[in-house]
Amino acid sequence: MAATETAPGSYIGTSVPRKEDEKLLTGQSRYIDDLTLPGMVWASVVRSPFAHATITSVDVSKAREAEGVVAAFTGADLAEDWAATLPCVWLVTEDTKQPMHRPLATDKARYQGDGVAVVIAETRALAKDAAELVEVEYEPLPAVIDPEEALAEGAPLVHEEFGTNESFVWKLENGDVDGIFASAPVTVKERFRQQRLIPNAIEPRGVLAQYLPAQDEYTLWSATQIPHILRFWLAVVLGVPESRLRVVAPDVGGGFGSKLNVYAEEALALVLARRVGRPVKWTEERSEGYLSTIHGRDHWQEMEFAADEDGKIRAVRAKATVGLGAYLQLVTAGTPILGGWVYGGPYDVEGYSLEVVGAFTTATPTDAYRGAGRPEATYLIERTVDALARKLDLDPAEIRRRNFITEFPKPLASGLEIDSGDFAGALDRALEMVDYEAVRREQAERRERGDSKELGIGLSTYTEMCGLAPSRILGAILYAAGGWDAATIRCLPTGSVQVFIGTSPHGQGHVTTFSQIVADRLGVPIDQVEVIHGDTSAMQLGLDTYGSRSLAVGGVALYNAAEKVIGKARGIVAHKLEVSADDLQYENGRFTVAGTDKSMTVQEAALQAFTAHDLPDGMEPGLEATFVYDPPNFSWPGGAHIAVVEIDTETGEVDLRRYIAVDEIGNVINPMVVDGQIHGGVTQGIAQALWEEAIFDEDGNLTTGSMVSYLLPSAAETIDYELDRVVAPSPTNPLGVKGVGETGTIASTPAVMNAIVDALSPYGVRDVQMPAKPERVWRAIQEGGAS
Amino acid sequence: MRRIAVTVNGKRHEAEVEPRQLLVYFLREELGLTGTVVGCDTSSCGSCTVLVGGESVKSCTMLAVQADGAEVTTIEGLARDGELHPVQRAFHEQHGLQCGFCTPGMVLATVSLLAENPSPSDEEIRHLLEGNLCRCTGYQNIVKAVKAAATA
Repeated sequence: MAATETAPGSYIGTSVPRKEDEKLLTGQSRYIDDLTLPGMVWASVVRSPFAHATITSVDVSKAREAEGVVAAFTGADLAEDWAATLPCVWLVTEDTKQPMHRPLATDKARYQGDGVAVVIAETRALAKDAAELVEVEYEPLPAVIDPEEALAEGAPLVHEEFGTNESFVWKLENGDVDGIFASAPVTVKERFRQQRLIPNAIEPRGVLAQYLPAQDEYTLWSATQIPHILRFWLAVVLGVPESRLRVVAPDVGGGFGSKLNVYAEEALALVLARRVGRPVKWTEERSEGYLSTIHGRDHWQEMEFAADEDGKIRAVRAKATVGLGAYLQLVTAGTPILGGWVYGGPYDVEGYSLEVVGAFTTATPTDAYRGAGRPEATYLIERTVDALARKLDLDPAEIRRRNFITEFPKPLASGLEIDSGDFAGALDRALEMVDYEAVRREQAERRERGDSKELGIGLSTYTEMCGLAPSRILGAILYAAGGWDAATIRCLPTGSVQVFIGTSPHGQGHVTTFSQIVADRLGVPIDQVEVIHGDTSAMQLGLDTYGSRSLAVGGVALYNAAEKVIGKARGIVAHKLEVSADDLQYENGRFTVAGTDKSMTVQEAALQAFTAHDLPDGMEPGLEATFVYDPPNFSWPGGAHIAVVEIDTETGEVDLRRYIAVDEIGNVINPMVVDGQIHGGVTQGIAQALWEEAIFDEDGNLTTGSMVSYLLPSAAETIDYELDRVVAPSPTNPLGVKGVGETGTIASTPAVMNAIVDALSPYGVRDVQMPAKPERVWRAIQEGGAS
Repeated sequence: MRRIAVTVNGKRHEAEVEPRQLLVYFLREELGLTGTVVGCDTSSCGSCTVLVGGESVKSCTMLAVQADGAEVTTIEGLARDGELHPVQRAFHEQHGLQCGFCTPGMVLATVSLLAENPSPSDEEIRHLLEGNLCRCTGYQNIVKAVKAAATA
């Protein structure tokens, strides 16, 4: 494959085609299920069919005798193998109730899919066959799926030892909120439901574990977004030295947060490999994964505004009741809190109050799913802004303009500081792109002639906090890890450059994007930059990929490492050319001395550093540098999205006609990659509005148990999105970059729902429960009452 | 066990398989052709799409024994002498892939689509790719890639 013809110095900002593509396009990728080791055996997990049940007995004897079976274990058999609970890295309060979470349940099954036993056999099929021979006696208990029901008097207790299903209450309040509400001329109060979602990365999860007894060494390959964090926590869970555990993320087929975890099967596979003395592979089947992989969202939301007559929002008071599921997985408690500072949106509010209540339910644990707390926050405020606009008979664009933050940096009422933005500019551009006046005219014309197909236009203006994160702030909010990241740049003596990054891509194009940065800064042709990631043995330092942090933190670490390399090279070159370092000019990899023909490249300096024949006194040989970057602030992308829908009021069908996204995401390294992230993110947010929902029956059975009944959009359901950008480079980092991976999902859901309500307001419709399926839309029209 | 003979990417293979073995696992585990992947268990996602006798088939919904005597093309069989197939090249140039997991199936579905519809409209492309799910791209660039491959 031909490398780009673009020259060094101009890679940044260019849509360089991806280096990742060739192997992915030709079937030479290495995803977890492609990996095998000699002697490998397969594990199959036996899972509770009940959402809530006492486990009275587990009998693996028949399974043990089945063809090809190597071993079978109950949860009790393995109880002593765990040194610590599967972790929750962010407990959010000092007295959060955190249950002990073992990889296999022993006393009770607490969600449909809770693992109770595991069978290991010579082949995938034989393991599955034998798993069906495991006999488990359950005494079913009542299930509770809805978080408000879980908190009600008399609800079945998921963890009896706590005496309640309430895991935590988290509060944030600034400003005289009660006082502002007491004197506010206008208030609105709204309530919404964020339905449960199933992430559905197209690659199912899987692991391959190996234990070498002579060296007492563990290796885990896992379809994970977080090899470094996984290594830390698995060492803790297993009680083994971290130095003897290597974690490798091979090619990973998407994550969206669902592979950002320390899963039961990851710990289990390592223990099983040790016990049976053979490498152990486990992969989830899709419908198994619907139960065994974390879910997203699951909030009941309430929002109150205290406002002036002209639509200026003075204070926000929000409450979220969250369905945590049965256990606290890695970020279960923290996910709703991650949006905790943006319930005021991009608006200049004075008073801020947020209360988040986390409730255990007999369901798969929830955790980070694209946006992780910020889609919930943005949905709540953007839907309520439209409610306020309707109450005051104000245009939704106008009310937003009256409230935007316009000066930066700006301390938010919630307590964090937003570094840069251009909300008004983004909205103006989006309105121009959609031709707002024309859409409103057509909407009015249709209403006048009584057209059964209504047009609706919905706005969503947002800011969000990503780029996790300043470690000091994380510590202050009880997050157990830091938010730095690292890069090592190694200039090899023969001219090419190896880059080791602490982030862990699974589709986002880090290899290409980070190659662009290094190629530009060091003047190395892009195909001579090799980016290595995902292996804790290759790169020890890193905090992996989630929360739209890889460029805003990892990319900046990389930039700073390049600066260090250039600094050392400058000293080598100055010495070699017999000039002072200050006399050297540096551009795109070449040092020159003005008015002379003396010059030397970084690559030439690398050879000098290797031979070490003529280095300055006291300088260590070698040309490489590591930078560990701890960001001083979160990253604050923002923007304005607009959805135009056409609704057939006779059938309730919603047709998305246009979708406009104007995002402010700082400086862009690879526009093509960024657009792709927005396309994918927007699609998932639209899917929450229109199609997706995890549905449980009253016994806690997941009735949307496979892709047949959980509606994922195909190309037939989606449309082309119209994208543009405004730029307000972040002053927080030298590249001026911000995160973008989750902005699409954060902004799009309220844009679509606001459009639907806008279309149906003549019928008295104020809300439609997501997903806005035709039946729900139709019923809302019937019940709305107006004609 | 049944004895079958399948020609895959032009090469003939003979093997003994269990009647219940799916074609996708035969390709992956018997023949080591791991480019074809498994994304679901309900024939919904299309990641396992291959060509059998030139027709696109979800290899998770076909038994290996059903492929006895057939000619199968997998993703590994598209490039010739190190040169990408026009569809592969179009996906690369239009950024029609991110994580790559759905990509082999998407590419083979596209090869089949264009063999039957050499000049599809955007709407036709979207409809014809309904059986191939992607979670990363939002499909926009995939449609562009198919369009570009059609005019290549």
